[in-house]
Amino acid sequence: MRKKDVSTRVFNIFGYSLTAILAVLSVIPFLMIISSSVTAERSILRYGYSLIPREFSGQAYAKIFGFPDDVIRAYGITIFNTVVGTVLGLFLTAMTAYVLSRKHFEWRNKFSFLFYFTTLFSGGIVPWYILCVQYLNFKDLPLVAQVAPYLLSVFNIIIIKSFMQGIPDAITESAKIDGAGDFCIFIKLIFPLSKPVLASIALFIAIGYWNDWYLSFMFVDQSRYFSLQFYLYKILSATEALARISSLSGIHVGEMPKENIKMAMAVIATGPIILLYPFLQKYFVKGLTIGAVKG
Amino acid sequence: MRSSKNRTFFYKLKEYKTLLLMLSPATLFFVLFCYVPILGIVIAFKRYTYDGGIFHSPWIGLKNFKFMFMAGDIFNVTKNTLIFNILFIIVNTILEITCAIVLAELSGKYFKKITQSMMFLPYFISWVVVGAFTYNVLNYESGSINTLLKSFQLEPFDFYNKPVVWILIIVVVCAWKNFGFGTIIYLSAVMGIDPEMYDAAEIDGANIFQRIRRITIPTLVPTIVILVLLAMGNIFRGDFSMFYQVTGNNPVLYSTTDVIDTYVTRSLITSPEFGMTAAAGLYQSVLCFAIIMVFNTLVKKYDKDYSLF
Repeated sequence: MRKKDVSTRVFNIFGYSLTAILAVLSVIPFLMIISSSVTAERSILRYGYSLIPREFSGQAYAKIFGFPDDVIRAYGITIFNTVVGTVLGLFLTAMTAYVLSRKHFEWRNKFSFLFYFTTLFSGGIVPWYILCVQYLNFKDLPLVAQVAPYLLSVFNIIIIKSFMQGIPDAITESAKIDGAGDFCIFIKLIFPLSKPVLASIALFIAIGYWNDWYLSFMFVDQSRYFSLQFYLYKILSATEALARISSLSGIHVGEMPKENIKMAMAVIATGPIILLYPFLQKYFVKGLTIGAVKG
Repeated sequence: MRSSKNRTFFYKLKEYKTLLLMLSPATLFFVLFCYVPILGIVIAFKRYTYDGGIFHSPWIGLKNFKFMFMAGDIFNVTKNTLIFNILFIIVNTILEITCAIVLAELSGKYFKKITQSMMFLPYFISWVVVGAFTYNVLNYESGSINTLLKSFQLEPFDFYNKPVVWILIIVVVCAWKNFGFGTIIYLSAVMGIDPEMYDAAEIDGANIFQRIRRITIPTLVPTIVILVLLAMGNIFRGDFSMFYQVTGNNPVLYSTTDVIDTYVTRSLITSPEFGMTAAAGLYQSVLCFAIIMVFNTLVKKYDKDYSLF
């Protein structure tokens, strides 16, 4: 039992209050969004957003789920992007990391440099955009366009590689003596042994796809291929633009999506993350810790 | 001589057949999405035509760069990018280190676990939702702050007409979204410190502030240097999603919130002048490359272990 001197007591008071305040500030916005999504519209217009709904109303959700086609379609696109992107991206990242972690592969430094250099220097987004649109035809391939560009990241390869380098050679040696090839060793031994780091990288990749709006913004013209976040952005930006016009011109422009409907959409778009977060949080932390210690 | 070298090359090619095959998707990916665009920067020196594409458009020398500098916006967006990144580095690093040290010293296990989870949560929220939330807090008619002001009979404040205030707003939003992530990285470095060092210091009569100053902070230096160095490498880059979503791409706010990435992306989408936009992109890439090289060399001179490569 540590004896508590004055300085420790001062530190504890400061520490507990700072942490508590920051933690509360971190989640307040979500509480406000959730609360406004179940508040009656007139109450929002009159009193603004608040933490506890003044006047409860499930109308926003009822309205969205009354005509659910667009939301469901956007959900479907985002789920597709997330599942395909995560499975494919994780497999390719792990396979690349595995090759770069093999000590007997003499060209590994050359390839590592080839990949690492891309983080130091890039051609900028203009040539990238022209390549994707004009040469790879991404505008006609909305599903490819929203998955392919994020499949591999150098940072993820490095984290998995350093984890794999920590796996003792003895494990692969015996398999090699039994005549197993490199691919076989990867699939049967290294991949399963890397589960802890793969779990967290998979989650980071998945979050990246789930939250992405940029690729839809750049490459997708047909609204039925909009990802969920981009669909939400479209709804929000349309109302902001209309609100700006009506406040500048003083003319009332049609009926805008209501505030509580916008917030309900934000809840629906973020929902799965918030629901899964408490269960998955430890994997994120684990992955970061592995990366920070080894990378 | 030569033929034997070739023979070893082909011999190795055969030996590494499987490994090379396993590397081929990643190689293809980086060549396609990174190296082909690097070759594509030639369009910064061309007048881009749709039919000519990247490789057959006519050369025009440095005209694109001349136009870019003459138009003048590039100086302002470069300044904004720099100011924001310097503020982000200072604010986020101090906040993250403070939180990490505090979390490591506090003893309530569940308190720590829960607060840490809460702090990490904003990192997982999309910028679209963050942008929506910012708008709802700040907008003139029904924003939370203005309804609060009105309820005290005070004049509402029109945030969307005051560009200078947005420097503060964006710094706060960026810190709010990212500090949980950084805190965990620093925390794992603090947890790696040998507890015996603290026990020894305690026996010698060091109080908690002395222990932090003399043990924790010095051992954190390598992590701080590497993370700041990584951030320095991106000092001429702005997170496009953040700036675009948080400001709502509002032209009134461009004077303080337009960064190189939003400027380039906007020109890319709205104007057919690909050549000039590519020139701005190349200008950014060269600045980034130069600064990371300079800082990495400086750090390497000081201590080799702290450098990135």
